[in-house]
Amino acid sequence: MPDLPRKKVGLISCSGEELPEGTVTRRAVRKVLETLRPDDAVTLCLPLFLAGGEGERSFARFYPTIAIDGCGKRCAALATEKYSAKPAASIVVTDVAKVNGCKAIGTARRLNAEGLRLTDEVAGKIVEETDRLLKKKPQSGGRGADRRKP
Amino acid sequence: MTRKIPVVPCSGIGKSLGAAAREAAYVLTEDLRPDKTQVVALALLVLGDEDAKREVTGGRAIAIDGCKLECAAKGLASCGASKVDKVAIFDVVRRHRGLKPEGVCDLNEDGLKLAQAAAEEAAKIVEEIAAEDGHA
Repeated sequence: MPDLPRKKVGLISCSGEELPEGTVTRRAVRKVLETLRPDDAVTLCLPLFLAGGEGERSFARFYPTIAIDGCGKRCAALATEKYSAKPAASIVVTDVAKVNGCKAIGTARRLNAEGLRLTDEVAGKIVEETDRLLKKKPQSGGRGADRRKP
Repeated sequence: MTRKIPVVPCSGIGKSLGAAAREAAYVLTEDLRPDKTQVVALALLVLGDEDAKREVTGGRAIAIDGCKLECAAKGLASCGASKVDKVAIFDVVRRHRGLKPEGVCDLNEDGLKLAQAAAEEAAKIVEEIAAEDGHA
């Protein structure tokens, strides 16, 4: 049997430098990559994607991606769709914040405790979508990993 | 000086040098030259956000890049900046050979020192631009 590459999900965060929500996207993606689903996800660098990085664009053409955006401008989702393919899932931090009643989350440079809590919520959402896309049963080991969709 | 100089760091999410670029932008715009500089998000700029483009078009701007691909500098050049002044973290680290930056979300102490050094180099560029504009 051929040795096929393992299916992974590409995570593209907006990383928006101006807004604390951009920092949340960045931290949440790193948390999934380093701790929650290290074997199931890779991160794609948005600036490289925009600058014409063929490796990043090719990956997003052939593998499922999750766009994680800080605000409603949805730069990561729009860029992915424009240069490769529509993301398989899209998460917007301001929407997650609203659902979870998060208010002041700190600054783009330093998130406060509320910002870190929001980061955990967003990371949980990413895990949910990753597991869904890879058709995995919910695992332990990550916030949100055990949540069932209604 | 009424116009704040746009500072665009790379958003590199995979490497410590990208994180240092981002941190350097915050050190410059919040600690060293808050009255003369402002961060502009690279993704917004490259995707054509009108507000972001307005900040950049026709004036000098500072790119702080983590790696040799220089995404921030390229992004600024493509969006109408009259001149892009570059601070390359990969060059700054060569000038501070003892530093071993690590971490992405949370830079270690050497990473923060590297960011400070890069921001200080960028602050000199800010003064050059201010002098050129007659607002030194």
